[in-house]
Amino acid sequence: MSGSATTALAVVLIIAPLLPSLASRTVAFITGRRGAPLLQPYRDLVKLLGKRAVYSRTTTGVFRAAPIAVLATPLLAAALVPFDGHGSLAGFAGDAIAFAGLLALGRMLLALGGLDTGSSFEGMGASRELAFASFIEPALFLCFAALALTTGELSLGRMLGGAIDRGWAQAPASLAMVGVSLFVVMLAEASRGPVDDPATHLELTMIHEVTILDHSGPDLAFLLYGSALKFALFAALVVDTLMPRTGWPTPLAVAALIPALAVVAVLVGVIESTFARLRLVQVPQFLAGAAALAALGVILRVR
Amino acid sequence: MTVATGRALRNRRSIPWAAVPCRPIAAFRSGVIDAVGAGARLVSLFGLADGDRETRLVAVLADDARGELDATSARVEERYPALTPECPQAHVFEREVAEQCAVTPEGHPWLKPLRRHPPDHLPSGRSVPPVDREDYPFFRIDGDELHEVGVGPVHAGIIEPGHFRFHAHGERVLFLEIVLGYQHRGVERLLETLTPVRAMLVAESIAGDTVIGHAEAWCGALEALGRVHKSPRAQAVRAAALELERLAAHIGDLGAMAGDIAYAPAAATFGRLRGDCLNLLLTLSGNRYGRGLVRPGGVAFDVTAEMAAAMVDVLTRVAAEFARAADDCFSAESVQARYEGVGVVPSDVCRDLGLVGAAARACGFARDVRSDHPWGAFRYAHIPIATAAAGDVAARAVLRRLEVERSLEFLIEQIRALPRGVARADAGGPLAPEELAVALVEGWRGEIAHVVLTDERGAIRRAKIKDPSFHNWSALAAAMPGNTISDFPLCNKSFNLSYAGHDL
Repeated sequence: MSGSATTALAVVLIIAPLLPSLASRTVAFITGRRGAPLLQPYRDLVKLLGKRAVYSRTTTGVFRAAPIAVLATPLLAAALVPFDGHGSLAGFAGDAIAFAGLLALGRMLLALGGLDTGSSFEGMGASRELAFASFIEPALFLCFAALALTTGELSLGRMLGGAIDRGWAQAPASLAMVGVSLFVVMLAEASRGPVDDPATHLELTMIHEVTILDHSGPDLAFLLYGSALKFALFAALVVDTLMPRTGWPTPLAVAALIPALAVVAVLVGVIESTFARLRLVQVPQFLAGAAALAALGVILRVR
Repeated sequence: MTVATGRALRNRRSIPWAAVPCRPIAAFRSGVIDAVGAGARLVSLFGLADGDRETRLVAVLADDARGELDATSARVEERYPALTPECPQAHVFEREVAEQCAVTPEGHPWLKPLRRHPPDHLPSGRSVPPVDREDYPFFRIDGDELHEVGVGPVHAGIIEPGHFRFHAHGERVLFLEIVLGYQHRGVERLLETLTPVRAMLVAESIAGDTVIGHAEAWCGALEALGRVHKSPRAQAVRAAALELERLAAHIGDLGAMAGDIAYAPAAATFGRLRGDCLNLLLTLSGNRYGRGLVRPGGVAFDVTAEMAAAMVDVLTRVAAEFARAADDCFSAESVQARYEGVGVVPSDVCRDLGLVGAAARACGFARDVRSDHPWGAFRYAHIPIATAAAGDVAARAVLRRLEVERSLEFLIEQIRALPRGVARADAGGPLAPEELAVALVEGWRGEIAHVVLTDERGAIRRAKIKDPSFHNWSALAAAMPGNTISDFPLCNKSFNLSYAGHDL
């Protein structure tokens, strides 16, 4: 079991940069353009790793710590997610809270790094990132609560690995709502439409993009890879919830993850090319909707 | 509103300089204020050196309802009572006069440098201390919970330079101050001093996306002074080029607005259709922005029958594809949610600031040079003028859509039936000495005004250029308070004003 968990984690680490690329490619396809090659993110990462980072004189160590935190926290969180549909590499009771906490830590350092530049946009982007996080996190915790209630387990690996089948048998409605809610959380966490616009070049509308605006070289590579990995983590949570693979042979469960993640990425692309981005002040309503859905999932299980 | 000589000043009809009354400043001031109060519009207000120490202020007023223009003037020294407190339309013009001629409009409520350059129309006997470009008196709001966001002049995207300073409470904008002038090239001085051939190239470069509009206005003024008569064919080709420029700009902007709200299908389709329109200008002139086409006396290149047929084919296809894409974009709820109620310009602000073009028509003012002061082919083929009432981003977007549809109809009709004749008449003799000509053109942003005054030898004494952006930048600043800071790019794009056209 541990072997397949390691394999699955390795697969996710390798294909993570493909997800944003596939979503953008889908947008390009739907709008009649060719779009950037699917492997472009890898080329970008290699190019950036070969460059030198440039730091402005106003920045301090906080600015330099941000990319490391943004890379390290999803890497650690990845160990808690059962990518093979059976179990995770590491896990303990209540590790779902550690999962959320790790991502919050990465976000906090990213925001601090943005503030550290002294630029008014980065401060604005950081404040938006944190303001929206305060709507994302309740939704995420409610999703985890609903999962824990339906499966009777307290660690991510067991909830989504072992016991999810039992959950689907007992409370399919709750889990369907959790799945949708997690999908919305993923859109927000991965800075995709209709919450954010990964393609924008307009500083004043940026949320995530602006906090990484001043980073360069390997630092930027870390940030890009860390963001892609975060996208993959949440996409895997969605897949694990909506497509339980507990009963499948492990090689098949691992192999099925790849097309399943691709489907999620394509779906993101379809959403991005069907809806305009939300007005910034309406994003909290959208996220609160996700939280309400997850809350409903919880309520259905509390008797 | 007619001048005493009996020969009225009209769009592209010059009058002797002596016929422009030179009145005492008090009479000039009250004359302009009264005329604007009675519904006239200030088209231009500028200064020129008159003797060693004095500056001559010249105001050009438009009576849109009657299609007439009027010019009046006054001689002032270093200061005069400002018109702005009673006539807000004059506010940027007076800042410009103060900067170009070092004349202080006393009582001007917002007298700040406009482009931050040393005076370039100073009377020969005067000198002023050098200006410090960086020393700019920014507006300030104090408060613990307020923050200031400065954007530009260098932006994250590849756009023209301009500095925008927001005072915001959270996401809500309390005040926006726009500081421009980074693109100042001394266009007016160049037009006054260069040879005619080079001046024509400068006129085409006043605003890179309004090549035809400015070339048309510059040629219009020179042709009026040179008594040049163009063939109907040349006029039709020029009108077609102007409408093609409008098509490209409006379609491109609709796409860019969709891009700002991340509505990818419309952004992609409109972007592609804009390319088709630019390529038609390429067919006409050999340049995608139409450089080298409009020349005094007509157009430099004629349109062959095959070219005309090919253009009609492309335009018919563009019309069909545009209709489909626009239906999709404007019926999408997520798009309506982003456009409606954002960046509202109240109609009294529009009237006070004397806005022009689609920005004014989106506030319910049916101002359009093509119908108010028609020239060339527009005297015979009328384009219906659309207006909208709301004054928000949605109104400006819908208006541009309507203008695209009407321009397409006009273009297909004109190019199908181009009049016979030569494409370019004789460029004419020397310019008439001591005359004033005003040429107005409805560029895609709105009214372009070129005022040209000749000296006693028939050389250009003063060239005054006004791009529609000159009026409309104030509208953007007025539209922002109360909106969220993240809606600024969308609001900005709905106006899409020219930095170069403003900075000259």
